Amino acid sequence: MSKRYNPDVDVPEYTGRYAPYDIIKEGTIALVVVLILVLGLSITFGSPDDKAITLQTWSKADPVDFATTAFSELDGSSAVAGYGAPYNTNGTSQHWGFIAPAKWLGVHIPINTATDFVVSPLESQPANPALSSALAQWKGATSATQSAWLTAYSNVSGKMSFSGDRVVVPSAKDGPVPVMITSLTQMARSGALDQALETSKGFYTTDFTKPLLFLSDGTYFASLAQKGHLLGTQWGMMNETDSYPGQAWLWLYTFWYQVSPFNTSASADFLVWGLMMILTAVLVLVPFIPGLRSIPRRIKLYRLIWREHYQDL
Amino acid sequence: MSTTIDRQWTTRLRKRVEGTLPPEKLLPDTQPAYVASWIYVFGVLTLVAMAEVIGTGVILAIFGPQWWHVSGVGHFINSMHLWGVEVFFFAMIVHLWGKFAMAAWRGGRTLTWITGAVTFLASILTAFTGYLSQTNFDSQWISTQAKDGINSTGGGAFFNVLNFGQMLMWHIVLMPIIAVALVAFHVILVRIKGVVPPIVENPEVGQ
Ligand code: HEM
Repeated sequence: MSKRYNPDVDVPEYTGRYAPYDIIKEGTIALVVVLILVLGLSITFGSPDDKAITLQTWSKADPVDFATTAFSELDGSSAVAGYGAPYNTNGTSQHWGFIAPAKWLGVHIPINTATDFVVSPLESQPANPALSSALAQWKGATSATQSAWLTAYSNVSGKMSFSGDRVVVPSAKDGPVPVMITSLTQMARSGALDQALETSKGFYTTDFTKPLLFLSDGTYFASLAQKGHLLGTQWGMMNETDSYPGQAWLWLYTFWYQVSPFNTSASADFLVWGLMMILTAVLVLVPFIPGLRSIPRRIKLYRLIWREHYQDL
Repeated sequence: MSTTIDRQWTTRLRKRVEGTLPPEKLLPDTQPAYVASWIYVFGVLTLVAMAEVIGTGVILAIFGPQWWHVSGVGHFINSMHLWGVEVFFFAMIVHLWGKFAMAAWRGGRTLTWITGAVTFLASILTAFTGYLSQTNFDSQWISTQAKDGINSTGGGAFFNVLNFGQMLMWHIVLMPIIAVALVAFHVILVRIKGVVPPIVENPEVGQ
């Protein structure tokens, strides 16, 4: 042996006994066993299928939450409005020191929440004198005037209610904003907003980015998730609706979100992803890492696995 | 004449394959005596669970992504797909830790370990895109949560978890091709190298 023998890397040639072993039979039995197991689990437990929600279900169930969210899309205070890359440039992307890959890659899925979620859908509505003049007023105004209206509306929006198919707020110098918010809420309740957002790029669509982002800005969506134990703080990534087992293999990934510094960092996602990438590389490269690759020899579980072999020695 | 034939690409490839993976190695009928433990079953269990997942996935694909919401049979096939995945991951994780405990990368088996570990990652991505392809509340929730993680890495610029069509393509086309290719490579490597012998701490005292 020219190189020194390393028990974590090398194996001496096996000169011992061989015994008959039928791998095809083993595989066939395994297949039957797994099929029976899966059939049994499926018959006993089935699988969950909670219906997808729509902007219509949301605005009917909680019109005030919908209208509040719609307003936050218009005045740019929603999470998506201030997200940053890849949707817009209004926020600082997650980063670690100067390492900010999201920012480097820039805006790839441009979203202007005021235009895409409020103004354009309203423009697609059939002409109605009140709405048409509100939109004309909005578009004709300077941005200073627009923000004065928005501020005025936000000062009274805490007292918002919904009655007689209208979003009601105390009167204020808020220009066309109340008509726009009420119209968008009515549009959502009729189902037309779902259509407008889904088909904004044309007839055929498989892309639900816009309606999903809009949904995610409200509290209604998250409150449903909370009931289903799906929030991040509830280890939600590992759960499925109706208490079914979900992606349990994500336990380590989910774990980091529960502990410091990640649970308080604004860049938690980026830090956790970075950490998981390093740990993953470690898993892939275990055979090369001195110390780590000696762990099996130290914990000696292999003596149990090959106990007959060691007894025979 | 024979030398011309020997130099043919076809002949050379065949000889190469015969040399590295002769039929007795691909489908052996004996194994070293130390191959006698329940832990060896988990690799095979992972393999057959994967076959079950692919089979039920094919049925779901035949009828399209929304079928299982409206059909009782479809819902049952979906249940089998889900539970197949749970069994698959369970078996794979036991297999992984079993191979770790056996330091099964020894004796030139590092690539077997690496292909296994990469398959584990590919499986996670496959399952994840599957959750996004359910077209129900769960996929809405998972996609809107997961977007932040992926966006933070910059990956969101190309891999848009809110784009159902894109995720469905990854789940039923790209990832299955990748996972099956990886597993095939993994299992062929196992057959080429043979099953790793027990740990010998002191080779002089030896077997
Ligand atoms: C889809 C996933 C996988 C499948 C279908 C699979 C399948 C198999 C099969 C059938 C064997 C031979 C039987 C046995 O020793 O159990 C095997 C061996 C092996 N697997 Fe996997 N495996 C998978 C994932 C993994 C993972 C995640 C790892 C570790 C990171 C891994 C590491 C190994 C190693 C090192 C061997 C060689 C064992 C030896 O020589 O004794 N495999 N695999």
